[in-house]
Amino acid sequence: MTDNLASFPGGLVLDGQKKRSTQTPIRQTPLAKKLILPLQQHIGEASEPIVKVGDKVLKGQKIARAEGHVSVYLHAPSSGTITAIDEQPIPHPSGLSALCITLETDGEDRWIERQQVDDFTRLSQHEIRQIIREAGIVGLGGAGFPSYIKLNPGVHHHVETLILNGVECEPYITCDDMLMRERSEGILDGIEIMIYALRTKNCIIAIEDNKPEAIAAIELELPKRPKLKNTKVVAIPTRYPAGSEKQLIEVLTGKQVPSGGLTVDLGIVCHNIGTSYAIGRAIKHGEPLISRIVTVTGTDVKHAGNFETLFGTPMDELLAFCETKRHPGEPFILGGPMMGYNLSGDHLPVTKTANCILVGVDNAAPITKPLPCIRCGDCASVCPVGLLPQQLYWHARAKDLEKTQQYNLFDCIECGCCSYVCPSKIPLVHYFRFAKTETMNQQQETLKADNARIRHENRLERQTLEKTEKEQRQRQRKAALAATKAAKEKEKMLEQQHTDNQEN
Amino acid sequence: MISAILAISLMALFFGLLLGYASIRFKVEGDPIADQIDKLLPQTQCGQCSFAGCRPYAEAIAAGEAGINRCPPGGETTIQALADLLEMDVVPLDDECGIEKPKTLAVIVEDRCIGCTLCIQACPVDAILGAAKQMHTVIADECTGCELCVPPCPVDCIDMVETKPNPNTWRWPDPDHIDLKLGGDND
Ligand code: SF4
Ligand code: SF4
Ligand code: SF4
Ligand code: SF4
Repeated sequence: MTDNLASFPGGLVLDGQKKRSTQTPIRQTPLAKKLILPLQQHIGEASEPIVKVGDKVLKGQKIARAEGHVSVYLHAPSSGTITAIDEQPIPHPSGLSALCITLETDGEDRWIERQQVDDFTRLSQHEIRQIIREAGIVGLGGAGFPSYIKLNPGVHHHVETLILNGVECEPYITCDDMLMRERSEGILDGIEIMIYALRTKNCIIAIEDNKPEAIAAIELELPKRPKLKNTKVVAIPTRYPAGSEKQLIEVLTGKQVPSGGLTVDLGIVCHNIGTSYAIGRAIKHGEPLISRIVTVTGTDVKHAGNFETLFGTPMDELLAFCETKRHPGEPFILGGPMMGYNLSGDHLPVTKTANCILVGVDNAAPITKPLPCIRCGDCASVCPVGLLPQQLYWHARAKDLEKTQQYNLFDCIECGCCSYVCPSKIPLVHYFRFAKTETMNQQQETLKADNARIRHENRLERQTLEKTEKEQRQRQRKAALAATKAAKEKEKMLEQQHTDNQEN
Repeated sequence: MISAILAISLMALFFGLLLGYASIRFKVEGDPIADQIDKLLPQTQCGQCSFAGCRPYAEAIAAGEAGINRCPPGGETTIQALADLLEMDVVPLDDECGIEKPKTLAVIVEDRCIGCTLCIQACPVDAILGAAKQMHTVIADECTGCELCVPPCPVDCIDMVETKPNPNTWRWPDPDHIDLKLGGDND
């Protein structure tokens, strides 16, 4: 069904390249000997290990707990022994390492006891969020924001509509598509729970119209669910980046989320399709989040497809399973061709946000030196946020960070449309990412310097105070001493006088 | 007698506090130029500029008594910022003050510490925790890397370690300065 949909400015109609990875059903990635589990696979604070090296763990057992308000638990994806808790290279554009728990699997894949809930309405909304947090569930669309927080609108907000994002607008990626085709039941289980947790009624499942099989699969299952009578599937036109949260809301409602605002200000909460599946598994089956579907595709992949992969599985093992032409050390892309980033490490683990591994892009243009900007304005005409990428570029390049703020740098969703169309092949997004991290770093430094100044001033004040007090005390002591001395002298004098008198 | 002493010391305490409070409450509105300069200094409070901290140095610059190139922790960036603010020429860092080094952090080797408290007395930002005869630790978030705690330690158990970039503090490289093949941009 196509309601009267609105649209967002700009955007691109891209060659999907999705067929390559949708020819076979979802397959299971073989169990790896070693699983490497970064303690931070989500936005927020890293989890805190609760196991020691040498501990035996079961599949699904908690191995790290949530630390702070924005954090989730981490679980053993299979049974085995913890062999290390140390820094390991992680899939991050920096190529840096971070603290990871390494698990050597025993091949038995033995589950821990699972708590299944048949009727989730017997749980309170709070209890549901707690289970979701303890199940380690984060947004599986790519951002990795802890899901329990987005299921708690707070007392000041009323959620009118829950939007389930099954748009998957990036070319090449098909993990959500395949999940909807094959596991629509599980997805709807999750949606029922989310609707209940948010105390809302309406739900829209948004899917791009280039996925007719997925739409059909969900529509087939939907009428069987009395709890979902206010849920509908909406097919939206295929245009990149329709799957980006704010753009999707604009398409569905015609409303714009204000700069710096939250979707919940419009009474809307957005979750990814994969996340709802994970929530269904967690509540109904008691299974924490220990695996995800990863699309492996690209011109250099022999068996492209979607693979249900345990977290921690080294990406090179997954790639070997799919038979790629990639040699060790060669770069590949994590994520889609538009928003993903290059990685080149070999034993990088699959994490909660790893939706796609792309090896070899069709018609890849050779990387050339960017030419000067010719002020054609193409970048501005495709920006889905309505920014002025050309101006942002000038200021980012001149390192005038204040100016980039004035041009709303932080509203940029890094969709890559501007870089894609730029005739001078200027890596615009790279400049914006650079300017963003640079700004954040500067703010951090200023905060730290301000803090140091205050602490130093406090210390000086305390020292002065201590000094004056000490002086006061000394003065008093002297005065007291003098007083006693004087009194004694007087006494002596009196005595003297007395004796003198007597003598006289 | 006792009551007199008591009364006097109570009064002294009261006036002491009053003085302290007054010095905070009625702090003379600082020299705005010195304030602006102070804002640009890194607040490491290391004293390498030969002043007793960033603020005194800022005041000296404001009074025209010191050059703008005496702060090694701030390095080139700070000199540039000061030159912009004061409309002066950029000059290289005075190497008599020190050289620009990567940022470091003090770490106490805890099983060697004898708990003498000397480092606490040296730390300009109260970033060291501990009590007499007890092991001391540095609050990493508050440490400015000034190195002032290192020389007083009688058992040499304070190390200055370089702060490593981690994925959360990592910055995208400047596209103008990188090898094209390494670009993180996939268009
Ligand atoms: S598209 Fe490229 S060349 Fe055209 S205005 Fe934008 S940055 Fe300049
Ligand atoms: S990357 Fe940023 S500036 Fe470029 S088109 Fe996308 S939102 Fe606009
Ligand atoms: S040298 Fe040290 S004390 Fe002097 S201004 Fe720089 S950081 Fe502050
Ligand atoms: S100066 Fe050295 S020994 Fe003394 S308390 Fe500090 S760290 Fe410990």
